[in-house]
Amino acid sequence: MMYSREFLEQLYRTIYTIRIFETQCIKLYRQGLIIGYFHPYLGEEAIATGVCAALRKDDYIVSTHRGHGHCIARGGQLKKMVAEVLGRETGYCRGRGGSMHIADPETGNIGANGIVGGGIPIGVGAGLGISIRGSNQVVALFFSDGASNNGVFAESLNLAAIWDLPVIFVLENNQYAVSSPIEEMSRIPDLHRRAEGYGVEASMIDGNDVLAVFEETQKAVRTCCDGNGPVLIEAKTYRHGGHHVNDPGLYMPKDKLEYYKTHDPVTIAREHLMSRSDCTEQDIAEIENGANQAMSEAIEFARNSPQPSVDSFLEEVKQN
Amino acid sequence: MYREALNEALREEMLRDQTVFLLGGGIGQRGGSYKVTVDLLNEFGPKRVIDAPISEASFTGTCVGAAITGMRPVVEILFVDFTSLVIDQIVNQAAKYRFMSGGKVKVPLVLRTQGGSGNGLAAQHSQSLEAWYYHVPGLKLVMPSTPCDAKGLLKSAIREDDPVIFIEHKLLYMEKGPVPEAEYTIELGRGDIKRPGQDVTIIAWSGMVSRTLAAAESLTRDGIQAEVIDPRTLVPLDTELILESVKKTEHLVIVQEAVRRGGVASDIASIVQAEAFDYLDAPIEILAGRNTPIPFNVNLERASVPQEPDIVAAVKKTVYAK
Repeated sequence: MMYSREFLEQLYRTIYTIRIFETQCIKLYRQGLIIGYFHPYLGEEAIATGVCAALRKDDYIVSTHRGHGHCIARGGQLKKMVAEVLGRETGYCRGRGGSMHIADPETGNIGANGIVGGGIPIGVGAGLGISIRGSNQVVALFFSDGASNNGVFAESLNLAAIWDLPVIFVLENNQYAVSSPIEEMSRIPDLHRRAEGYGVEASMIDGNDVLAVFEETQKAVRTCCDGNGPVLIEAKTYRHGGHHVNDPGLYMPKDKLEYYKTHDPVTIAREHLMSRSDCTEQDIAEIENGANQAMSEAIEFARNSPQPSVDSFLEEVKQN
Repeated sequence: MYREALNEALREEMLRDQTVFLLGGGIGQRGGSYKVTVDLLNEFGPKRVIDAPISEASFTGTCVGAAITGMRPVVEILFVDFTSLVIDQIVNQAAKYRFMSGGKVKVPLVLRTQGGSGNGLAAQHSQSLEAWYYHVPGLKLVMPSTPCDAKGLLKSAIREDDPVIFIEHKLLYMEKGPVPEAEYTIELGRGDIKRPGQDVTIIAWSGMVSRTLAAAESLTRDGIQAEVIDPRTLVPLDTELILESVKKTEHLVIVQEAVRRGGVASDIASIVQAEAFDYLDAPIEILAGRNTPIPFNVNLERASVPQEPDIVAAVKKTVYAK
């Protein structure tokens, strides 16, 4: 497929921004500015980027506890994101939600979720609403190999199937449920094969290759808009570290981790951009500088933002 | 009839608002196990009256997702006992979405279900579980006792922007009562004096209201005029109405079908003692279900939850307390 330079640049800008968001936030975490749970999307950036590039502005996404990448790829604002993970009043959730609960109705981001699998029926529900309204949108429903072993996955895939809903089940198979390897948690680690039992079209792709993700999602969008949804895409990937920022991930075999760190989504996206357009190293450095600059400004904004007012919080909860 | 009033409420709201739809097991062709959704499939079609497989967690979650994206779903869970399968979607998702999103995302969802004992349906189909949902911030909780209340409250619940747990009572579906001809709604959070009196306040809701009214009637033979208050919605709770009555009667009995331990009655008692301690002439009496699963045998089942004579005895104990 032919791509414009502009499009490839946009993909690279997004994928690089996610990478820089996560690495910078981990630094803020180490400085004690971020507390609680923080689940980096490092190593999986191509999935959110490729999927969201194939969506329209009025489509929906459902995110997960590892959700920063989805939010950024959907066009979320870095300032509000950093402010939220710092717990500030100017954050997406006014400091009430934190890393695991960012939602952004303006970009159709129905929200991240602290319950593994909890978002799956919610995404199907967005699809049901579309079907009732007859509005020709689609839902990209991100979930993980871990969530695929929760009962709601089986139920929800079936509901989406019997009601022919325009839902793209994006199974981010990073091969670990927290610390449990998928080969031990499922007899069939290629999880897309489950879809056949529900009469749902499914495929498996390299989740680290942003163009592979984009192309497969584009097909899935067409299938859904033709009324032949749902579709399931299994995107194989691997985390660059443990389950969350304080998990060293010592259970991840070194050779496999090394392989995936080399087979890196950011590197692959850069290669696509270099080989498929006349973009130079210099141009790439400019894209990266722009993203770094935006992230610095976001951190500055967040650090200077006020804490939520305890008084107004207590006033609000009186109404409960 | 209670079930017809509920049906009218659903129908009127579906006509009024295109985003309202119904989803549940056997609610379409079959019209629901308790006939609440009868004929609605014919009128509104399968896009708005949706029969779902036995996947309670996911079909309820589906309604949460639809609500977040602009629809107003009314999901039916056949028995409140089965809401145990749905707790994540109610407690972690529906109840918290608005809060977690900093107020940006609304969840206008109604979960209709029914509870209570009295039909020999045994331990997994007879519970009164309102305390579970009373406990969770972010939910509203409605438990109507009459056809008129059922209709007016369901209409308000559907128009509400927060998730509402709407618990009907299985013994009430055939209950008759007047329902206004003209359109009306009943505001959530407004209790109702079902019977005025000045000697003792009795608070009861759902299936306990008619039993309490019968007890109040028989208490008149002893010269006791009981005021019966039905809060109708437990969240929000009309504490003003309750306190006003208690300040007048100076005696309070709370009748609850649910088990005694950790129940809503205990919480109401704690509110009243904190706000109206000086007015009370006797300890607050809580008459509640026994701390037991509901037994199948009819005599054992009756013994598990408050009956009319138990209410009479509890009131006398309170009024005659020195």
